[in-house]
Amino acid sequence: MRSEPVLQVQALVKRYGTKTAVNGLDLVAHAGVTAVLGPNGAGKTTTVETCEGYRKPDSGTVRVLGLDPVRESAALRPRIGVMLQSGGVYSGARADEMLRHVAKLHAHPLDVDALIERLGLGSCGRTTYRRLSGGQQQRLALAMAVVGRPELIFLDEPTAGLDPQARRATWDLIRDLRADGVSVVLTTHYMDEAEQLADDVAIIDAGKVIAQGSPEDLCRGGAENTLRFTGRPGLDVGSLLKALPADSTAAELTPGSYRVGGKVDPQLLATVTSWCAQHGVMPEKISVERHTLEDVFLELTGKELRA
Amino acid sequence: MTTTTTPGTYTPAPGAAPLPRMIAAQAALETKMLLRNGEQLLLTVVIPTLLLVLFSSVDIVDTGKGKSVDFLTPGILALAVMSTAFTGQAIATGFERRYGVLKRLASSPLPRWGLMTAKTASVLVTEVLQIILLTAIAFALGWSPHGNPFAVFLLLILGTAAFSGLGLLMAGTLKAEATLAAANLVFLLLLVGGGVIVPMDKYPAGVQDVLGLLPISALSDGLRDVLQHGAGMPWGDLGILGVWGVVGLAAAGRFFRWE
Repeated sequence: MRSEPVLQVQALVKRYGTKTAVNGLDLVAHAGVTAVLGPNGAGKTTTVETCEGYRKPDSGTVRVLGLDPVRESAALRPRIGVMLQSGGVYSGARADEMLRHVAKLHAHPLDVDALIERLGLGSCGRTTYRRLSGGQQQRLALAMAVVGRPELIFLDEPTAGLDPQARRATWDLIRDLRADGVSVVLTTHYMDEAEQLADDVAIIDAGKVIAQGSPEDLCRGGAENTLRFTGRPGLDVGSLLKALPADSTAAELTPGSYRVGGKVDPQLLATVTSWCAQHGVMPEKISVERHTLEDVFLELTGKELRA
Repeated sequence: MTTTTTPGTYTPAPGAAPLPRMIAAQAALETKMLLRNGEQLLLTVVIPTLLLVLFSSVDIVDTGKGKSVDFLTPGILALAVMSTAFTGQAIATGFERRYGVLKRLASSPLPRWGLMTAKTASVLVTEVLQIILLTAIAFALGWSPHGNPFAVFLLLILGTAAFSGLGLLMAGTLKAEATLAAANLVFLLLLVGGGVIVPMDKYPAGVQDVLGLLPISALSDGLRDVLQHGAGMPWGDLGILGVWGVVGLAAAGRFFRWE
């Protein structure tokens, strides 16, 4: 039995001029971590910013912690933490100064020094925001979302542009937040981020949720496995397909990068390699993968997530 | 980066800080940002100080009968108010809007009116510092002020309201770069044409009538009437400032865009 949803979006429509950014979107998020996954321009930021109270829906309803983010903004704002995709800090402020300031706007903030230490922001010293690295700016924005001890945190692309170490530190923090009962709604276009962190994933494309569920549920549907290999660009995929069992798929995803789907077993692997041998193709980086969110996305939308 | 945290560290405990504490913190941060910014200090401190010292000690402009410092100080005080409430506030707010500071604060517990109150408090604190510095210099140069301190106070407050409205209107509607350019240009034009260092009677009569309606002229003229000539309440100038204040703040409230 799941608790009351932290987020309820119903038939949300948001237009900018003639462009429809969000087109009848339905989304329910429960306690835990919810990832909103989609390519650039899918409507992720618009959806999240509507939940944060920045934008008024053209139609549809949005409830965050049971409140209307526009009309009941004053009651909602102390309960949520917001990380914008970029900016949000005085260009002349130091990291610790800005974080301490946001802490002062809350009744029971976290220990600022511990948070600075935790996110590796201590090395910023007296450097002002405009001179911080992109990664430091990102981590400061994350700290600002967390410091007020909110119930629900919105993170818009929290690890975009981070190096692997900082990325892992961010993931660890998100896991700790979740363990302590903080709900997180994050947008991302990284599959692994959604798979690693999320209890629930909503896949968005062209302003709509096209699939939602746990990463396991989403991956279970559709083809079982995937075989990938790289080779010469422009191989005759039709001929390969003829050599494969009837229910298989084969496609050249990007020039020279091939994907075979279906019942991937030793027999299929042998078929593919012998077909390659017949055609004088050296298959490099041959790999067998379990079905990933990336494949789910490709199947649902027919496009690459990071195209 | 450490990865060890005691469980329960992040357990939600949401809540807004008391309003006075939020506003005080915001005002303190805004003031600190302003005092840390070199270009802002040039505008609010260095230029008024230089003009006061230079034009009081060197006879460049004919300032009429009496000591030139008695003519100049009221004008320089008006300039100080304009530099902080209009130019400085417009530029700072324009860039805060551009860099998403206003947007981020809009989702914090601090209400919008609280942010505007803090901005006003920060402007007033800066003005007090400017006035202390400039009057100290003026006294050192032999300034002998007259008049009703309450009238001076009222002029400064209405002047601040008039310039704040115009500054925020500019910051909330133009791009940050356009605000930067326009605010500096307006500063320069009003410095020359608003009776700050150049007496208004140097201009042709028709031009004087128009220039007299500018907020900077009303403020410098009102301050000069009181401080140099010991006049009572300068109702005309207070009226002009009041109208600018109401119109400017209303327009800013109506047209200000937060992102």
